[in-house]
Amino acid sequence: MMNKYEKNISSFRLFFIQLSGKKLASLSIIILLMVYLIGIFAPLLAPYDYTETNLLKTQAGPDFENWLGTDRLGRDILSRVIWGIQTTVIVTITGLLTGSLFLGLFMGLLAGYYRKLFDFLVMRSGELVSSFPDILLIILLAATLRPRITQFIYNIEEKFNFSGIISSGVVDYIVIGVALLPLSWFGTMRLIRAQVFQIREVDYVLSAKTSGASTMRIIFKHILPNVVSPLIVTSTFGLGAVALSEVILSFFGLGVQPPRPSLGAMISDVSGRGGASVSVLTNHPEQLLSPIIVIWIMIFCWNIIGDALTDILNPRRN
Amino acid sequence: MIKYIIRRIIWMPILLLMVSLIVFGLGTYGPGDPVEVQLGNNYDEKTAQRIRDKMGLNDPFVFQWIRYVKNAVKGDFGESYVFKNRPVTSLLLPKLLVSAQLNLIAFLIAISIGTPLGFYAAVHYGTSKDPGVVISTLFFYAMPVFFTAPLMILIFALKLDLVPTSGWGGLFDKRIILPAITVGIPGSAVFVRLVRASMLEVLDSDYVKLARAKGVSEIMVLWKHAFRNAMLPVITIIGFTLAGLFGGSLIVEIIFGIPGVGRISLESVYSRDYPIIMAVVLIGSTALVIANLIIDFIYTLVDPRIEMQ
Repeated sequence: MMNKYEKNISSFRLFFIQLSGKKLASLSIIILLMVYLIGIFAPLLAPYDYTETNLLKTQAGPDFENWLGTDRLGRDILSRVIWGIQTTVIVTITGLLTGSLFLGLFMGLLAGYYRKLFDFLVMRSGELVSSFPDILLIILLAATLRPRITQFIYNIEEKFNFSGIISSGVVDYIVIGVALLPLSWFGTMRLIRAQVFQIREVDYVLSAKTSGASTMRIIFKHILPNVVSPLIVTSTFGLGAVALSEVILSFFGLGVQPPRPSLGAMISDVSGRGGASVSVLTNHPEQLLSPIIVIWIMIFCWNIIGDALTDILNPRRN
Repeated sequence: MIKYIIRRIIWMPILLLMVSLIVFGLGTYGPGDPVEVQLGNNYDEKTAQRIRDKMGLNDPFVFQWIRYVKNAVKGDFGESYVFKNRPVTSLLLPKLLVSAQLNLIAFLIAISIGTPLGFYAAVHYGTSKDPGVVISTLFFYAMPVFFTAPLMILIFALKLDLVPTSGWGGLFDKRIILPAITVGIPGSAVFVRLVRASMLEVLDSDYVKLARAKGVSEIMVLWKHAFRNAMLPVITIIGFTLAGLFGGSLIVEIIFGIPGVGRISLESVYSRDYPIIMAVVLIGSTALVIANLIIDFIYTLVDPRIEMQ
């Protein structure tokens, strides 16, 4: 028991060496980093604004002015893809912070440590959430909560007499964030909890406890470092799913609202909510393929990284 | 183990009751007024009030919820707001059947491609064939259906003219082939991953080592000792996949013009026809919970390591 955890703590360097040994995984990390940087620096990188229309040049193929051509309103597709990536970046980071880190990690730590009633409540609510079909629950949440959340923020704006939150499109991200919350937290939480169950009985935690360390100190100083690796693995798998779910939500018009760009909304826009997919693929493939290839690359890379991490961090194969 | 199963069976109705509370709450407090949706342009306050009283919309939330659950247990999910007073059950049932057929075929495709590939990858662990299989299945897994669905139609229906482009004709119609493949092939990656991991674990176990040491032929080792045991964990995921496939064909149904659950649930979200989407989510959850219970039960029967007491 002890050896395994000692090894885990000191094995961070080993972890990176093993990871760099996996060429495809390393490449995937580099590609994802690049995609995410493109999203973060969208305002600097996009050649045009995402709303800028040029009605003299609609449905044009790729040329030097518009590298990926223009859509039916004459908007530059490359710029819209770059801004769409920013949406994905915001959504995945929100998902990471709220779903994986806050709910998954902290609930897992607390449930594993305190057990009893708290554990019971967390586990039962997790079971409740996972007894819904994922995508249907997400759609139902996004559809029903949007007006409530908009109203709520509108009230805040009224009360404190300022505006700009709603017009900035933040509401969309809140709606998506809330709708995607059930998606990833339970898996992470259960894994962390199981890990904590084991660790809290280990000698050094017991000795810390007898020497009078506070609960917070035990959780953060002694237990937290040991659950980092499972956390990384489950979060990695979760983020791919979060990114894809945002695309699907926006495709159905329940996520990011126009004119703000999202890869899913772009696909929905050019394919007429799926109905005209075939004709757009034949006539203007670049319009459909530009957002799709980005999604494809992201999902592929997230999965490759997830697999590599599982492989490396699996204690049985070390 | 029996104790555990009994606890699960007792817990199940409570779980489903909670599910119904969430679904009903979201549906009730969601945007749009059912009476407004129903009356459309003929809206006037008096008629609206009368209909509200008749539908029981003025009752306290808890009463409405209890009534909803009572009826739902009997298979009555209320009436659609949009399709003039048609019972949700009669609207949904044929669509459920369509989606179930499509997903069943897709599931069979996924498992029959995924299992041998996962087996192959595990047996060739350490060679380039293993990552080759895993990476190429992930390649298809990551491919968005927004692309694969129209591509399939373009190639097999329009260019090669092998099957009709869209529509639905049941289980034995040519039109099921393309959508089932579109859902099934990416789904196979899940089974590749699972079977591979499970096989690797089994191949590393003592009894396989013993069998090899005894000189049992490689085919017997792989088939009799390893594969059959490695398939055990696969059972556990079947429940999830079957119920998950329910929503998995959402986009495919729309692109292929299939009159399934996916289509009607989305349309009901757009038109705020909540009884339909509520019923879909509730039926989906019930299917998921029951499927998992059955799978758990089968698992304890099949796996001799879990004792039935």
